Amino acid sequence: MHPAIWLMTDRFAPGDRVRTSSRDPEWHTRLPRYTRGVVGEVVEVAGHHPLADDRARGRSGREQAVYHVRFAAADLFGDGTHSVTVELWEDYLEPAADHEREMTA
Amino acid sequence: MSGDHGSAAIAGRVRHVEALLEQRGLLDDGEIDRRIDEFLAGGSPINGARIVVRAWLDAGFHDRLLADANATIREVGLSMAGGLQEQRLKVVANNEQEHNVVVCTLCSCYPIALLGPSPSWYKSEAYRSRVVRDPRGVLHEFGLKLPADTRISVWDASAESRYMVVPRRPTGTDGFSESELVGLVTRKGLIGTAAV
Repeated sequence: MHPAIWLMTDRFAPGDRVRTSSRDPEWHTRLPRYTRGVVGEVVEVAGHHPLADDRARGRSGREQAVYHVRFAAADLFGDGTHSVTVELWEDYLEPAADHEREMTA
Repeated sequence: MSGDHGSAAIAGRVRHVEALLEQRGLLDDGEIDRRIDEFLAGGSPINGARIVVRAWLDAGFHDRLLADANATIREVGLSMAGGLQEQRLKVVANNEQEHNVVVCTLCSCYPIALLGPSPSWYKSEAYRSRVVRDPRGVLHEFGLKLPADTRISVWDASAESRYMVVPRRPTGTDGFSESELVGLVTRKGLIGTAAV
């Protein structure tokens, strides 16, 4: 691992409630459409990698944390009892608003 | 944009670039094929089956595998470092309460270096789009009928990690040898679309 990564601080930690971006970029992104604008819970840090969107556009991209984020099917699709865990770059995520943090997945 | 992968145009461009690189002496004739062969050499679902059986037989290995799969599979002589760089492997285990199933909704990410090429259904739009929405229904179509109270966890391989499922050990296999147990584990079991 590159030494710079050790000094980098991850914005989120397991247990944090996060909301995904609702942007629809023109370029290749690895925030799947069905997970846009949804609240989920960070379950694990899955390493550090340059943002896929940057690399798809020929840019080197800043290394950043990638997280396993777990969503309740009901939050993604309006119904269902299963969960879907998606791997998302830090730039796709914002802290969930206070009133959203109380909800259970 | 996330789901557009028109194959004909990009395949033509890749062949064109390959030909130019060969013409200019930057790439040996057949070098790409050799690299792909090297990458796939040794990749087989048998590797996954060996890992699963070791986890069934050794609780310590099981726990280490779930905590740090990359380091732990080296204990049985396997690794995720077969490609240009080591890929992170995330292993999840089924139990009485929970069943796991893996998909890549954006393309077809799969631990190829470890398990070999993925099955064609894994790459199909039908599987990729439906298993996140209705996993119980899709698993039922695969012939896997889970109890109504089993929780289903779907893992979408949307970034850099690759995933593998440890199925539950079938009952009635107490006297089985390690190689007999390895013979029970299927590729579908390692993806989560079969019980074992």
